[in-house]
Amino acid sequence: MSTHETTYIGAVMEAIDQEMARDERVLLLGQSVGGRPDDPFVQRYGENRVRVTPISETAEIGMAVGAALAGMRPVVDATMAEFLLVAMDQVVNEGNRFHHMSGGRVRVPMVLKAGYGFTAGWAGQHTGSIYGMFMGVPGLKVALPSTPADAKGLMATAIRDDNPVLFLHHYLLTLDRGEVPDGEHLVPFGQAVIRRPGADVTLVATGWTVPMALAAAATLAADGIEAEVIDPRTIAPLDTATVLASVRRTGRLVLVDQATRHASVAAVLAAEVAEAGFDALRAPIVQVTGLDAGIAYSRPMEEHVLPDEAKVVAAVRRVVEHSGTRV
Amino acid sequence: MDAEQTRAVLAMMWRIRAFEERVGQLKRADEVHGLIHLSIGQEGVAAAVCGQLRTADAVYSGHRAHGHALAKGASMARALAELMGRRDGLCRGMGGSMHLVDVEHGFLGATGVVGGNIPLALGSALALRAAGRDAVAVVFFGDGAVQAGLFAESVNLAALWRLPVLLVCENNGFAEFSPRSAHTPVERVRDVVAPFGLAGGTVDGNDVDAVWDAVAGLLPAVRAGEGPALLECLTHRLRGHYEGDPDRYREAVSSAEWRERDPIARLQRAATGDGRLDPDELPGFERAARDEVERAVLAARESPFPDAALAASLVYGR
Ligand SMILES: Cc1ncc(C[n+]2csc(CCOP(=O)(O)OP(=O)(O)O)c2C)c(N)n1
Ligand SMILES: [Mg+2]
Repeated sequence: MSTHETTYIGAVMEAIDQEMARDERVLLLGQSVGGRPDDPFVQRYGENRVRVTPISETAEIGMAVGAALAGMRPVVDATMAEFLLVAMDQVVNEGNRFHHMSGGRVRVPMVLKAGYGFTAGWAGQHTGSIYGMFMGVPGLKVALPSTPADAKGLMATAIRDDNPVLFLHHYLLTLDRGEVPDGEHLVPFGQAVIRRPGADVTLVATGWTVPMALAAAATLAADGIEAEVIDPRTIAPLDTATVLASVRRTGRLVLVDQATRHASVAAVLAAEVAEAGFDALRAPIVQVTGLDAGIAYSRPMEEHVLPDEAKVVAAVRRVVEHSGTRV
Repeated sequence: MDAEQTRAVLAMMWRIRAFEERVGQLKRADEVHGLIHLSIGQEGVAAAVCGQLRTADAVYSGHRAHGHALAKGASMARALAELMGRRDGLCRGMGGSMHLVDVEHGFLGATGVVGGNIPLALGSALALRAAGRDAVAVVFFGDGAVQAGLFAESVNLAALWRLPVLLVCENNGFAEFSPRSAHTPVERVRDVVAPFGLAGGTVDGNDVDAVWDAVAGLLPAVRAGEGPALLECLTHRLRGHYEGDPDRYREAVSSAEWRERDPIARLQRAATGDGRLDPDELPGFERAARDEVERAVLAARESPFPDAALAASLVYGR
């Protein structure tokens, strides 16, 4: 497979572009798309399919639900995850419910694209890792890519999916570069990937915490601790099987998550593994998450509430050394 | 505006201008971090509106809030300390540029979610009315917020209940990177609210005397409980949407044109032309403002960063 190098966000837009070229039903709507006549998407697909929207999230997202019901495949660029909250009814009580409530008679193939986690002094209202609010919502799928290649492949899959998909790209990864497959590239939903194999401890991370977990694994390897790093890639559906199989090999689980502790993927995985993998565990599951607090503006406070590599390393050491179970 | 009022408003505009220019520099030097929206070019609205309010009047703002906070009485030093994330900041470094709050001076707060501030101001108005006070609530928002569902809901409710709220729309013709024409077929915000019978209208927001007179005409009736008013101020932001915005979606104004439009230069011309101010006193306003900013920078640098644990201990009020 031939590849090319591009940015994480470039890969997202590449997938949208390819899907728009492939399927005329794909529309692109958003507050900062297609605003100018020389916008490449407007030039390629015309002003009917690429539309700039006013600051009217409720109507914008509700309209996308309606367009999806009517057979189109809209992609809404909602810019920031928090702006979805303005239209919460449309996201978690309309778009996600129609298929089910209609006895399967209708479908809502829609993608909501939004950035999240911009913890760079953007303070209380623009920094949340708020996927916990969406991952337990029946009918809604949620993708959290951590690499440019997955960003492309998950977006393409999201657009072809027959359900509403929340595609959350991490703002701190926006300009990260990586190799991305040329042409059609689909990453299946509900399939975690093992980013680094290891026998001593299983580390699960999403989005921006994946590079953090990999860095921690490299640090730990220098001390002879081999961490297996797993990236679920989509959190609804969530591939618990890959995590469980890994825990059966390592006997230890550390969950890294940027979200607030009680609304995190970590909390869900901890419960699943405690229930289905209890016999395999040689130490308690440890979660390294954001604190149950908002993101404060000032840098030292912002760092305090977030996970970081040192916190991950410390958690792994604790788990490995638990009750002298170190092998 | 008489001579004294003109001096006060001009001094405030210079304070806002000097503050924001310095904030822009500090942002580039990474002493201020995060997302910064400057109101340079729009200072006249903040100064002329807040210059006629009392401390008990409540003011709300949005993402472009520095000018409104200063004009409502917030200390420049504490506002800057906030933007520099320091302990002496208005919000102890918790909020930053988009979330300034100064209860002591009736600046009840800024929110970064467009339109989210409008119903909050209605709530303040309702509370003031319930308490039998003759204070008013004022909310500043941009032309972009008018297309939010919250705006329509709020205008209806304020009119229905005749709430003592003054809605001030700073119509700078752009919401982020889109001209108003890309967002709505209704050019003037005044026309959007026409059926609701709100007092008010549209003024040139860079003509500070005109803004002052319009507010002076509207406030007594709002205060007396005769119902809400909406003032649309046509203005221009000189800087990009945020600091760092390459600003490629607009025609840049030429410096000659800017001298014509700049609300500070205009007020200085008008006030010296009609004898309210002496040309000799003009340089003093800018100098005083720039000196105050430098003192604020030094004070903020002296202020320590907050104890990091504060972030997790302030989750609930107790
Ligand atoms: C609900 C919501 N949607 C989108 C945004 C992103 N956003 C921030 S400022 C802005 C434009 C606001 O335009 P306007 O109200 O005219 O204010 P101006 O920036 O011109 O002062 C947008 C879209 C937001 N903050 N909140
Ligand atoms: Mg505007």
